[in-house]
Amino acid sequence: MEQPMKQIQLPDERGHFGVFGGKYVIETLMPALKELEEVFASAQSDPAFQKELKYYLKQYVGRPTPLFFAKNLTRQLGGAKIYLKREDLNHTGAHKINNTIGSALLAHRMGKKRVIAETGAGQHGVASATAAALFGLECDVFMGEKDIQRQALNVFRMKLLGAKVIPVSSGTRTLKDATSEAIRNWITTVETTHYIIGSVVGPHPYPMMVREFQKVIGEEVTGQIMDAEKRMPDVCVACVGGGSNAMGLFYPFINHEETRLIGVEAAGLGIESGKHGASLSEGKAGVLHGMMSNLLYDDDGQIKEAHSVSAGLDYPGVGAEHSHLNETGRAHYVPITDDEALEGFKLLSKAEGIIPALESAHAIAYVSKLAPEMKKDEIIVICLSGRGDKDVNQVADIMGVSL
Amino acid sequence: MSRIQDCFQKLKEKNQKALVAFITAGDPDIPTTKQIFSIIEKNGADIIELGVPFSDPLADGPVIQASSQRSLENGTTLKKILQLVQDVRQTSELPIVLMTSYNPVFAYGLKPFVDDALKTGVDGVIIPDLPPEEAGEFDPYASEQGLDMIYLLAPTSTEDRIRMIADESRGFIYYVSLTGTTGVKSQMSTNLETKVQAIKNVAKLPVLVGFGISGPEQAKEAAAVSDGVIVGSAIVRLIEQNENPADRDVKIGEFVASVKQSISTLG
Repeated sequence: MEQPMKQIQLPDERGHFGVFGGKYVIETLMPALKELEEVFASAQSDPAFQKELKYYLKQYVGRPTPLFFAKNLTRQLGGAKIYLKREDLNHTGAHKINNTIGSALLAHRMGKKRVIAETGAGQHGVASATAAALFGLECDVFMGEKDIQRQALNVFRMKLLGAKVIPVSSGTRTLKDATSEAIRNWITTVETTHYIIGSVVGPHPYPMMVREFQKVIGEEVTGQIMDAEKRMPDVCVACVGGGSNAMGLFYPFINHEETRLIGVEAAGLGIESGKHGASLSEGKAGVLHGMMSNLLYDDDGQIKEAHSVSAGLDYPGVGAEHSHLNETGRAHYVPITDDEALEGFKLLSKAEGIIPALESAHAIAYVSKLAPEMKKDEIIVICLSGRGDKDVNQVADIMGVSL
Repeated sequence: MSRIQDCFQKLKEKNQKALVAFITAGDPDIPTTKQIFSIIEKNGADIIELGVPFSDPLADGPVIQASSQRSLENGTTLKKILQLVQDVRQTSELPIVLMTSYNPVFAYGLKPFVDDALKTGVDGVIIPDLPPEEAGEFDPYASEQGLDMIYLLAPTSTEDRIRMIADESRGFIYYVSLTGTTGVKSQMSTNLETKVQAIKNVAKLPVLVGFGISGPEQAKEAAAVSDGVIVGSAIVRLIEQNENPADRDVKIGEFVASVKQSISTLG
């Protein structure tokens, strides 16, 4: 690819991506965010830190992950060539661990012995608990009661890994409230605790920091696709809840304008039903969880309940940088319903022998519509953000199959 | 002179500390808030702080979260709260401060909110998730129109932040006495006096202490080293625990009076 790429300047020094981002938090946390900014900046420029991070990503996480040419799916859809970035093959089964390993190393650097995390589907909770076990940190994971019910397997995993799972019973009892409760806990324990946010959300420097830890996805893709096709892809597609796997894939392509970037949001029961998680397609600018971004809220500013069949997309907001990419038109965001995602789930399982996470199945479903409209020599890269084992029980339930 | 300035001026003349009483507006409904407002006023509160309920109040502990929930379930909106302020302003000159998360204000519209707040009789606002760094769209207009923006300081605040916020805040400075969310705690933080003094050394405004003040004893302790106290969860809990309005009103009245009494002898 054309090297070097233009320097990307966002966020600005106050953490803004255009009007989005920022630090909308109580004073108690402001000094900790500043400390985190400084520690992160020093880690970024410290070769020893980078070397250690690379070591763990290779030897522990299993990176680089393959970029797999999905021949069967390509043939079946009869259009563009489809490649899968296999983040599902990471240790713990999703891209989340790219960020938690980096964050745990940062916690260590700050001398903090305890980490906390929020989780929806449980993937980030498992990845946090895993990193905490690896580096000997105490770990508390906040999880909505509704998600605890639908992701029982991941709850047990976290406990096996030595983490404490703290049920959150307030509000909608999903990811939004787990995040609120994690922030409240952080307000109380900020002097001894590092908060590992699971997505490119939250106050600055989180959206930037999580992106930096996830951009390894897109960086690997740029090299791998050059090896395979001698050129950059025409389209990159990823599902977007908070949007960390999407940001990780998109970021290295931002200045390569020939590559279209498409984020797939949860349309739940359909946009018109009002029960969805499509904050970019349907939301408006607002402030939640420490940042300005697109949000689902009513006329009085109260946050609306999101809905998605996949717990990881069941969030009424989205990463600040996605809001910015949406606003500038550099990336486009499209909705996919629960039913379509379930079709995508089955499609990839049968076509390639890969059971995708329900989150990633949204991206598959969108590509099943997009690929046939494209030429056969065009290239699509999908971020397969996680594996679907965690969702098998739920899907069986929906299909009316008793196990 | 604004009602808040006037209030502190009078307290100073009388050599007294301030009591700010917090309740969530619309908990459990707007008429009850009006009723409790007058009880709080009668029993000696100097300023009343009305909480605007929000679906995701990040700075609040369980007691105020639950009150927000009760209020929202009964259909409270920012518009209705401003109407409530307008109604009580017919009979009361007590300074009124709104405490709100930013999103309801943002959704209302920043300028319309400032205009309507002042028109209805609001004197100041506390927006915990809007630090000075993010207030560039809101604060200059609020300041120009005369709505006091009360900023928070915390035990974790660094020296340069103390100086900045002492400069930016208007009305008073809200010192969050503990590293945590709102709610009754059994113990006050240990170095309160040092922290408050560090703020007073650079601030011209009164410094009030809030978060975690449970009753007369702690109020006395906090007021002894500051210019006054803010009591919230302890009052809100009385609303939660007493369904019978007559009992509730008596208990709230007695509680407010006892806190006022405990700090009135400090000079």
